[in-house]
Amino acid sequence: MTEFTYTITDPQGVHARPAGIFVKEAASFPCNITVGKDGKDVDAKRILGVMSLGVKQGEEIVVKCDGDQEAEAAEKLEAFLKENL
Amino acid sequence: MELVGKSVFGGVAIGKLSIYQKQDNVVKRVKVDDVEAEVTRFQTAKETAKTQLAGLYDKALKEVGEANAMVFEVHQMMLDDLDYVESVENIIRAQGVNAEYAVATTGDNFSQMFAAMDDEYMRGRAADIKDISNRVVDVLSGASAGGINSTEPVILLAEDLAPSETVQLDKSLVLSFVTKLGSTNSHTAILARTMNIPALIGINYPEDVEGKMGIVDGFIGKLIIDPDEETLKKYQKKKEEEEEKARLLLELKGKENVTLDGTKVNLYANIGGVGDVADVLKNDAGGIGLFRSEFLYLESSDYPSEEDQFKAYRTVAENMAGKKVIIRTLDIGADKQVDYFNLKKEDNPAMGYRAIRICLERIEVFKTQLRALWRASYYGKISVMFPMIISVSEVIKIKEIVEEVKKELSDQGIPYGEVEIGVMIETPAAVMITEELAKEVDFFSIGTNDLTQYTLAIDRQNPALDNFYDSHHPAILKMIQMTVENGHKGGAWVGICGELGADTTLTETFLRMGVDELSVSPSRVLSVRNAIRNIDLSK
Repeated sequence: MTEFTYTITDPQGVHARPAGIFVKEAASFPCNITVGKDGKDVDAKRILGVMSLGVKQGEEIVVKCDGDQEAEAAEKLEAFLKENL
Repeated sequence: MELVGKSVFGGVAIGKLSIYQKQDNVVKRVKVDDVEAEVTRFQTAKETAKTQLAGLYDKALKEVGEANAMVFEVHQMMLDDLDYVESVENIIRAQGVNAEYAVATTGDNFSQMFAAMDDEYMRGRAADIKDISNRVVDVLSGASAGGINSTEPVILLAEDLAPSETVQLDKSLVLSFVTKLGSTNSHTAILARTMNIPALIGINYPEDVEGKMGIVDGFIGKLIIDPDEETLKKYQKKKEEEEEKARLLLELKGKENVTLDGTKVNLYANIGGVGDVADVLKNDAGGIGLFRSEFLYLESSDYPSEEDQFKAYRTVAENMAGKKVIIRTLDIGADKQVDYFNLKKEDNPAMGYRAIRICLERIEVFKTQLRALWRASYYGKISVMFPMIISVSEVIKIKEIVEEVKKELSDQGIPYGEVEIGVMIETPAAVMITEELAKEVDFFSIGTNDLTQYTLAIDRQNPALDNFYDSHHPAILKMIQMTVENGHKGGAWVGICGELGADTTLTETFLRMGVDELSVSPSRVLSVRNAIRNIDLSK
């Protein structure tokens, strides 16, 4: 399993549009991917779940990738977060 | 009838009221025999809904831009969300019910989840979930989209408007949005801002208003139903003014204050507090020509400290970023009573113990303000002017006190900047000695309101004298002329900061006299600029 943490810098938090793109990115990998906040993990491939975390600016999320192409997925998603959120 | 809610975008709209026709969406729970066929029905409807959303995305992209269109892309993703889809399919299979019911129930559940979140943005997303669910239900039941029940532009009233509803509206028929629900972050609010039309939320309108006349005041969040003639006239005027302002703003922002023959004049704004600076910048004034410092004293229950004053002056100087800020020292008297000054009641306060007269006798109060002003001058371009001057000796005394203050600051190692010193010309006495005064100061600022009252011997507060009050009286115009000539002779520049400065019927007269600066209320800056740019002094 490959995991990383990231602190959201976008003032609006994880809002609908970047959440949507994040989910699309995640869905393009075969491995299982979860996003967690405060110990609650949700499937990173489901937009409503990701949005339901209600992640705000300054809050930390943990992304876990497990399975095929997990390293690649983690790298791609981390780059996306840095760029957009 | 007047209803007050919350404004999400300012402006005035006048027109007939019309209630948005929502399609009837009553979903019945029906048992089905073939659940797999029902699941397929749902999947087909979902795909149709997505195709519709893609079409709406394209329409919105053209009409209201990418930022507003994005919601329809997100909606498509939500419809594909596995949690959502699984929930619908699960309800159909487990309960053996129709797809409409499964979709509506799932929509309710998810939107409740978002509605319960502690984040306003996320709460706003509850409407998105409802919206996509309604869309799928519509496809399943073959319902048609709602719309506006009118062929002329209306003030559109609705319980709430979903993004897909607003985008399908014929925008040319909407003067304003008024909703019972909704948030300042809703798509309707964003759309209203994009369309630049007023919008209100939280207005609990009665249902029997279709076709009635209405007024939306987006500045104070009010909806007026069936206004009387007088109110209607008032708002028509306000609306015209707003349109004129908007037009001027667009045309004249960033333009120079220059006449057709190339004469330039400084156009500044008058303010009465730190909060007015935004208006100054919005209206593109070149500086602040009169910053009334009284607010610091009037809003306080004791003498405002040097530190408090310094902060206010510094904030304004910094916000104006190097543009000139002319601050007038304390101008209170028995007519603007401040308890802690303990001023005696006077029969004739306008001619009484006020302004510089108080300052020159209560030196410590005066010095506190001067120290704050000079300290702030280090952070921007501050000029200071003194009100109610009637003699040269007063100015000499003021300058001595200023020198003392500067020396104290230097001794304490506190930095200050170069400060221009000016006097208000607002008494006939000051006008008559402008030749002498000009040698003592850097500039004059003519306060036409007081100058008119003192010259014409007309109390401004007495409405019975309105018929005698003539702001264009030749005596006043001659005094302005004399002040300009004597000022220039002595090397002082001359501005006008009274109400007359914004009187565009006199702008040409002032420019011909050689007035160097006009300072007007922020909202008048662009109309005066417009006047200046249409004057030709060579003719």
